[in-house]
Amino acid sequence: MDELYAEAHHWEVNTGGETIHAKRMPGKWRRIKWLASSVWLIFFLGPYLRWNGNQAVLFDIPNRKYHLFGVTVLPQDFWMLSLLLLFFAILLAVVTALVGRAYCGYFCFQTVWTDVFTWIEEKLEGSPPQRRKLDKAPLDARKVRVKVLKHAIWLLIGFLTGFSFVAWFYGAGPLWRDFFVGDANVAVYASVALFTFGTYLLAGWLREQVCFWLCPYARIQGVMLDKSTVVPAYDEARGEPRGRLQKGQSSADRTVGDCVDCNQCVAVCPTGVDIRNGQQEGCITCGLCIDACDAVMDKVGKPRGLIRYASLDEVEGKPVKPMLMRARVWVYTGILALALAGIMYGLSSLEAIEVKVLHERAPLFVQLSDGSVQNKYTLKVLNKSEQDLTVRISAESSAPIILLGAEEPLLTRSGEVTPMIVFVKIKRSDLPGETLPVTFHATTTLSDNTEIAAERESAFFGPSR
Amino acid sequence: MADHNPFPGENNTGHFWDDNIRELNNPPPKWWMIALWVSIAWFVLYGILYPMYPVLPWQSQEGGGFTKGVLGWTSIKEFEQGMEQVAEVRAQYETQIASMTPEQILDDPGLTQYTLASAKVLFGDYCAACHGSGGQGNPGYPVLADDDWLYGGSMAKIVESVTNGRKGAMTAHQNILSEAEVDQLSQFTVSLADGGEGSEAGWKLFNEKGCTACHGQQANGILAELPDGTIVTVGAANLTDSIWRFEPGGYESAKHTILYGVNQPGVEQTRDAVMPAFGDSAGSLEGKLEPDQIKKLAVYVHSLGGGQ
Repeated sequence: MDELYAEAHHWEVNTGGETIHAKRMPGKWRRIKWLASSVWLIFFLGPYLRWNGNQAVLFDIPNRKYHLFGVTVLPQDFWMLSLLLLFFAILLAVVTALVGRAYCGYFCFQTVWTDVFTWIEEKLEGSPPQRRKLDKAPLDARKVRVKVLKHAIWLLIGFLTGFSFVAWFYGAGPLWRDFFVGDANVAVYASVALFTFGTYLLAGWLREQVCFWLCPYARIQGVMLDKSTVVPAYDEARGEPRGRLQKGQSSADRTVGDCVDCNQCVAVCPTGVDIRNGQQEGCITCGLCIDACDAVMDKVGKPRGLIRYASLDEVEGKPVKPMLMRARVWVYTGILALALAGIMYGLSSLEAIEVKVLHERAPLFVQLSDGSVQNKYTLKVLNKSEQDLTVRISAESSAPIILLGAEEPLLTRSGEVTPMIVFVKIKRSDLPGETLPVTFHATTTLSDNTEIAAERESAFFGPSR
Repeated sequence: MADHNPFPGENNTGHFWDDNIRELNNPPPKWWMIALWVSIAWFVLYGILYPMYPVLPWQSQEGGGFTKGVLGWTSIKEFEQGMEQVAEVRAQYETQIASMTPEQILDDPGLTQYTLASAKVLFGDYCAACHGSGGQGNPGYPVLADDDWLYGGSMAKIVESVTNGRKGAMTAHQNILSEAEVDQLSQFTVSLADGGEGSEAGWKLFNEKGCTACHGQQANGILAELPDGTIVTVGAANLTDSIWRFEPGGYESAKHTILYGVNQPGVEQTRDAVMPAFGDSAGSLEGKLEPDQIKKLAVYVHSLGGGQ
């Protein structure tokens, strides 16, 4: 009961009533965090990558064409997107099961942008105590200058974020050309504005509040972690009971645990949690408290690792299950492999043309005056290539058939579906039963003289005997 | 409520239960309060801009209703704007269609595509009730998807049929022919439909009784073929193909038609075969379809499978 009320005192911090000014300390995990964050440079630089004279990756939404390094994906191929999403969802799950919220701590845009924003804040306003002092200080010329500069830089980063985001969809070249002279469309300006102010608000003001209260992934992590998941953990057996280091006391004289209660682990935490209370919802497993604790342990002459990446089993001294003995590792890996195989198959089997056959249902068949039976089909020929193609249509079946309406080749425009109505006639005496399989072939020649063919099976219907 | 607060400095409300359970007075997070006030402001602003608040009966002349909002937005206006945009997109095709013949439309694949999509709606509204949604013909009505035409399957003839309507005519022979003659003629038509040559006696009777006047010398419904290829018919059925005008086809159907005729006044069991006029000229549905709409329908019907 008392614990509950004690927690209520910490409540102010968790709900953003008090701004967290985390201390920055150098260390191994700090370096890894910067390295991991630099992955996001791809987000800013990626749109300038060229491939065969075009933007390498361009999601052209108005034309519904998605260019990926010379491969053009159309909405018709979007089943691959679901596999891609499955892949990343499971990747997130497997990473969380193994090493906790590593994504949150090292890669998440919220973490990375907030990290950069607070780094700028520290450069301009100074250390956490100086920042707290400045926040409370009356408004003077220096405060105004520092604050205005900080918010301007934040907004600039927000703008660059929005601009880079839109460049993936609008094309970097056209965006630079159109944006600053007012030639881009409303959606572009609205998106950039949304991202500018969204970034500013989320990374500048809301920060860890997003992880606490807005992010759904932070909530589902609880079911993904288990006792063998490696997370930043405080070695309670070694650290407790904690006690401050007395002046002149040598470490050998200490009767208490190794934790000197210096509170550095809390001071560096970007979400303001105390890791010594164990794994908790606020912890994004970024490892900064490990750096802080290791530095202190070095100073007081104790071995490092009072706080370290460890599983709960390990900290509690229980046997640690090897990674490959855990069922979820295999299950997750299996799903990952399946999704990846599906995407590979999809990307490798992208053909330049695709034909779909819709059999007319009203009427299913028509009896002609010469006693033959006629079926009507709507062919939909999709041209996925970058060029207009002339497609020849033919049909074959086990019975002799006459194809009408496909005498002239069909001109299909790049990236478009072109419908075509054809009729198939079969003599009634040639019909073996009520239905007969018919295969339609579409063939075309690309500009480099490669023959491309697509086929689709449909059925021919006739009267019952 | 206790007089004495045993937990001072905790920001509780002074409400206690079971000695140690107490109600704290922590305010909601700041961002939450901001979001609340922004939502309220949004609500008010939205209500000023858009139709929203109810108006009580004594507050307005219309006796109730709702505030209209300063933007004057209504859903019907939005719909009308949408329809204007649609009309704009259609206009480029419609102007082309207006100046073209159905044959010219059929020569232009893009225009044909537009016409078929557009005419499909017209066909569903005006034609499908009798001819079926895909032109398959409901029982008793002509199939439009086959290649058998009573009045001709050229574009011009289709336009003519839709514009002016059609009315079949065949004399009732119940008082003209003997029972044996009716039987013989019925068997004769069945044999022709099955691909047979027809008996000599059958042809003789067919000629003698004046059937050729409408069904033609070859019983194929063609009276003459003009030098320019135009086929002259009066809408009488081609008796030599395997398609029957009246369901279910065969001996009984043929006999019924011979006995009671088509569209004969005063004959109770006569066949009905009337298509109303949809064009500007005459008929009960006068002016129901614009010439351009008929043009589109002609292209559509021509493309169903049997256009000539």
